[in-house]
Amino acid sequence: MPSTLGYAIWFLATLLELSVVVCAVAKQSFRRYFFLNLYMAASFLVSVGRYLVLNQFGQQSAEYGYFYFYSDTLLTIFLYFALITLYIHVFDELKAEKYVRLAAVILLGGTALFSYSVVQQSSHRMLTHFFFELSQNLYFVGLVLTYLLWGAILKLRETRTRLVQLVLSLGVYFSLFAATYALRNMFPAWQVALAYSAPILGCLLPLSWAYAFLRHSEEARLVPARLAVAAQ
Amino acid sequence: MMAAFILVFSLAALLQFFVSYCRSLIASSARLPLSPEVQDVTGISSTASGEDYLRVMQLLLLCPERIEDRGGIRAVGAYYRLLSFLRRTFVKMVPSLSLWTERERAHCAYFAAVALDRRIAFSRNMLAQQLDS
Repeated sequence: MPSTLGYAIWFLATLLELSVVVCAVAKQSFRRYFFLNLYMAASFLVSVGRYLVLNQFGQQSAEYGYFYFYSDTLLTIFLYFALITLYIHVFDELKAEKYVRLAAVILLGGTALFSYSVVQQSSHRMLTHFFFELSQNLYFVGLVLTYLLWGAILKLRETRTRLVQLVLSLGVYFSLFAATYALRNMFPAWQVALAYSAPILGCLLPLSWAYAFLRHSEEARLVPARLAVAAQ
Repeated sequence: MMAAFILVFSLAALLQFFVSYCRSLIASSARLPLSPEVQDVTGISSTASGEDYLRVMQLLLLCPERIEDRGGIRAVGAYYRLLSFLRRTFVKMVPSLSLWTERERAHCAYFAAVALDRRIAFSRNMLAQQLDS
């Protein structure tokens, strides 16, 4: 079972996930950023579900393990779609929505195929391994896509403060998660030390998104030149 | 090998995203004017210096905390420490960094002064509401 600290971080992250949806609704941005809110609402429900399964079956049970990994993959896919909607917002003036959606589906399919090809040799618990591999690869794809989106924001001289902060928060989150996954792969002995990293990182994204919804209106603008270090 | 590549790429990206995120937080308050009270208390009128940051933070900590700006203040605080670290170490090797880090630290100080302004206004509102009730 998780320690008291583990439960406290978990509870905090769950509250923060809910707070993003509440802030978005309060600021009338729920529909505009539907997939971001869908991801946060799903994260909240998954947290509650995990707690119930944990209490019912215990942390070492196969039920909890399956629920954890499958729900994690589902959340990663939701987060991927949230990122794609940020692309659509950034490119909305170029009327490129159809192409962005098509590219997103192709990339998701390609990542799933790549993950399958990596795990197909191991027959032992292949499905669970596949979902773990897919999550990890989607995090890295998400990081690369966020990096490209950031480049597009600078190039297009995007000024919408809220949109910029949503993208940058996602970039910080993806890069921290990808680094943690890589560390766990490289140093399996650090698993215990890194056990708290995922839930702590899980707090950062809802915290920064709630801040972006609460602090900045959709009309708030900033000077693009203030964002890029190279532009100074 | 793949994991090492992902680690290096993600750490480099993390640094860039973190710096840009902090700069977006700072940029969003860069054009806000300070109230005359905060200008008097901090000694900052339109431009701040990097050295002002710690003093303004001490004043900021005296005010009741607002949950909604806590995350932003912490992120900018981490950015300020990163800049100060750069100043202490790499500036000797790359002197051109000195001007940039000092300008960024000054922006951090101005951000803290705007946050102080908000907290003072918030405290005043709270006090007024208590007196009314």
